Amino acid sequence: MKEDILVLKHIYKRFPLGEGEFTALKDLSLNMQAAEFSGLVGPSGSGKTTLLNIIGGLDQPSEGEAIVLGQDVANMSAKAAANFRNLELGFIFQQFNLLPVYTVFENVEFPLLLQKKSKAERQKTVKEALEWLGIAHLANKKPDKLSGGEGQRVAIARAIVKRPKLILADEPTANLDAANAHNIMRLMRRLNQELGTSFLFSTHDEKVMAYLERIIHLRDGEIEKDEAQIPKTVSE
Amino acid sequence: MIAWTLAYRNLKGAGLRTWLNASILSLVFVLILFINGLLDGWNQSAKQDSIAWEFAAGQYWAQGFDPLDPFSYQEGLKDWPQSLEGTPILWRQGSIYPDGRMYPLIIKGIPAQQELLALPTALLAQSQAQFPALIGHRMAKNCQLQKGDRLLMRWRDQKGSFDAQEIEIAGVFDSPLPSVDQGQIWVDLLSLQAKTGLENKANIWVAAKAKPQSVAGANWQELEVLLAPINKIIEAKKGSSQFSYYILLAIALLALFDTQVLSIFKRQKEIGTYISLGMSPKEVQLLFTLEGGLYAIFGLFLGGLYGAPLLYYLAQNGIPMPEMADEMGVSMGKAIYPVYSWILILKTSLIILASSFLVSYWPARKIARMSPVAALKGKLQ
Ligand SMILES: Nc1ncnc2c1ncn2[C@@H]1O[C@H](COP(=O)(O)OP(=O)(O)OP(=O)(O)O)[C@@H](O)[C@H]1O
Ligand SMILES: [Mg+2]
Repeated sequence: MKEDILVLKHIYKRFPLGEGEFTALKDLSLNMQAAEFSGLVGPSGSGKTTLLNIIGGLDQPSEGEAIVLGQDVANMSAKAAANFRNLELGFIFQQFNLLPVYTVFENVEFPLLLQKKSKAERQKTVKEALEWLGIAHLANKKPDKLSGGEGQRVAIARAIVKRPKLILADEPTANLDAANAHNIMRLMRRLNQELGTSFLFSTHDEKVMAYLERIIHLRDGEIEKDEAQIPKTVSE
Repeated sequence: MIAWTLAYRNLKGAGLRTWLNASILSLVFVLILFINGLLDGWNQSAKQDSIAWEFAAGQYWAQGFDPLDPFSYQEGLKDWPQSLEGTPILWRQGSIYPDGRMYPLIIKGIPAQQELLALPTALLAQSQAQFPALIGHRMAKNCQLQKGDRLLMRWRDQKGSFDAQEIEIAGVFDSPLPSVDQGQIWVDLLSLQAKTGLENKANIWVAAKAKPQSVAGANWQELEVLLAPINKIIEAKKGSSQFSYYILLAIALLALFDTQVLSIFKRQKEIGTYISLGMSPKEVQLLFTLEGGLYAIFGLFLGGLYGAPLLYYLAQNGIPMPEMADEMGVSMGKAIYPVYSWILILKTSLIILASSFLVSYWPARKIARMSPVAALKGKLQ
């Protein structure tokens, strides 16, 4: 049996809204196993991003228990959460969030710098990641010179370069055309299968959903449906 | 350290803004060095001038003598021991009559053969005139006198009765020191003593060597004490100039502060990204603080790059001073040679560095209080 890398129990997230509060997540419980390739799917405002932020330790739940890779992310100091993200998690964003003044190489190198890896190791690992994603030729370019598909590949390279156990990807294809969206999903699926990296997506993109093994439907902050499916295979 | 690496990369990437901030800071750096160096150089040369023209190694004043009190000139007089090295000066109140107008002044008698002070007293010895006298160029201008002019000089003798003598201007000397020039005329000591019936008497003994023997009936004036007024005036000038370059520094810091506030606002998403990639908010705060501080470091480098040759050139060649600078109350040569001490350079660098780090740190504190989620959304105000 695979171990649970994610255990969420009775999570609530409330935001102050005017006089009162807005409840973005309601009594949400969810488990995830290692090497899953799963997605949070739901309409805008259903709480997908909020949930990913809590899992990533960027935000705290108002109530409930959140254990990610054995760490209690609901009750972590900002420093401990940062260290946890540094070592264990990868983030991929809808807008790529590349660091604008850095080259592609430096962007991908960044997490390794934070981990205080030696220069030689950084060189080698970054090169591998870039090659893996087919963007080695872009190493010296600045982000503003990249196309959308290239930019997201760089972001993926940056997320995987430190070999995290879990990658949180918030609508990674929303800014991509169909062809690029498929390419990106195939790449991530391959990573998932070859390296055993777990992925948790947030999406309302049909193209993304087709690749997922498990779809967790969110509506108004609650899990409406949690279903497994046979994903589209990479070779298709 | 990784934060330095990142800060350096960020500034390198920021391009023009970096150059702008660094340039302003470098300008302040060079200007502060320049102004202080100028004043220090002035101070130094004013002291050297005072030593050369007036104080030598220090002075004995006859008991009761006070240069600021003309009535004391009569009382503060004495015979001086032969063993003393240096040169005596006799002060008398008197007046001259250039073009028939009366001009009150101090008549100073000094041995014509003296070589201790820079006053060209040899001209008195060489002159064929019956009663030669020397004046400085300021006096010459004020009284419209020139070399070779003859005029009447009057004084009171020892008993208080008036006496008069026709004198001839044997030379006009050019001294940076108003205090040996304005309101006075120099004549041969022996002649003055004879005319006033004060044989062997003088008010002041200018010493050739410091560490004097004590002389009965005279007070030793330490060189440091004699020079103190110069220090005071220069320090006062420093104080007033300080104000102007602190304003300049404030403007530079304001620009830096503005850059920081703006960059923290504009780079919210970047801040959120740093945090999501595993930097703690404190580390991001440090990064932004270092970025601000790096501007100052770049500024100092840049300032050194163009400032060093410029300041060196000025120190070697001097800065010409206008004639009107004479009215400042301190000796001023035709040019001032700035002097830059290591203390000055170090102190200035430290002030700029510390203040730059401070104004960078101030806005950056906001980062530690940011919600990373809000930062990622770029929604902070
Ligand atoms: N800081 C906040 N303050 C108040 N309300 C918030 C805040 N963050 C999120 N919300 C609200 O919580 C709800 C869930 O937001 P969330 O961003 O998680 O939705 P989402 O499913 O990711 O939507 P989308 O598909 O548009 O990205 C929304 O109604 C949103 O307005
Ligand atoms: Mg969202």
